[in-house]
Amino acid sequence: MPMRAPRENASWIHDLRACGPVQAEALTDLRELLLRGLTKSFQAHTDTDQAFVEDVVQQALVHILGHLEQFQGRSRFTTWAMAIAVRLAMSGLRRTRWQDVSLESMSAPIEGAPAWDRDDTTSPAQHVEQHAIGETLSRLIDETLTEKQWLALTAELGGMPLEEIARRMGSNVNAVYKLLHDARQRLKHGLATAGYTAEDVRSAFP
Amino acid sequence: MALRPAQAKALIAKVMDTRDQEMTCDACVADLATVVEVQLTGTPLSAALQAVHEHLERCHDCADEYHVLRQALAALAGEEGR
Repeated sequence: MPMRAPRENASWIHDLRACGPVQAEALTDLRELLLRGLTKSFQAHTDTDQAFVEDVVQQALVHILGHLEQFQGRSRFTTWAMAIAVRLAMSGLRRTRWQDVSLESMSAPIEGAPAWDRDDTTSPAQHVEQHAIGETLSRLIDETLTEKQWLALTAELGGMPLEEIARRMGSNVNAVYKLLHDARQRLKHGLATAGYTAEDVRSAFP
Repeated sequence: MALRPAQAKALIAKVMDTRDQEMTCDACVADLATVVEVQLTGTPLSAALQAVHEHLERCHDCADEYHVLRQALAALAGEEGR
């Protein structure tokens, strides 16, 4: 049987919107492509298996069929489809990996004052500056950030994905990103007001 | 509210790198496919797509998706090249 020439974007959209065997063939081809791509990219992941990849691809096909109008042609259709599949896969992995971790546990209070240890790469002057800037940062956090910002900040610093922070806050990723961006802006402004220039900070934390 | 020194250092780096205007995740995701395709060809990114790249330097979620997508497409391109 002669090999089918690769579809162009318009053909993908046309065939996936069609009925019967035309759509079925397009879905089969897309499924196979997504399976190949995801299988390769998740090969090194120890917490995924082929069943996971096949499940994600099935979810992706349903999503893609329901959102064909969102494809704007800025990339190849297959790239756009693969991006959807990757996002679904990563979302599932994040949920599983972080399911037992609460937001509050990421900001558990530290007993006593944290020690700013000096290492061989830090000069005495740098160490003093680091400690001073660290103290200022702690004060700014207390004075300028909301409780929500503190929780989101410590969770993000602890590696929790924004999607998981958003889930726990009953929010969405964009809102959490803006919350964190606002927090960073407040702290940046606070450091400047306290007299620290970007150069001061760069010198203390090379 | 105390941070461990390692957390404080990481936060300071993020804070000093903060821009007044930053792309959100939705906007990044909308152009992620295009960015990966352009980068796989070795073509420099346009200014508009450069903003996506800058977001990836700040957002682990989007950066992870970028790397996995890039791996998947590179693997498929490698198969086609055979």
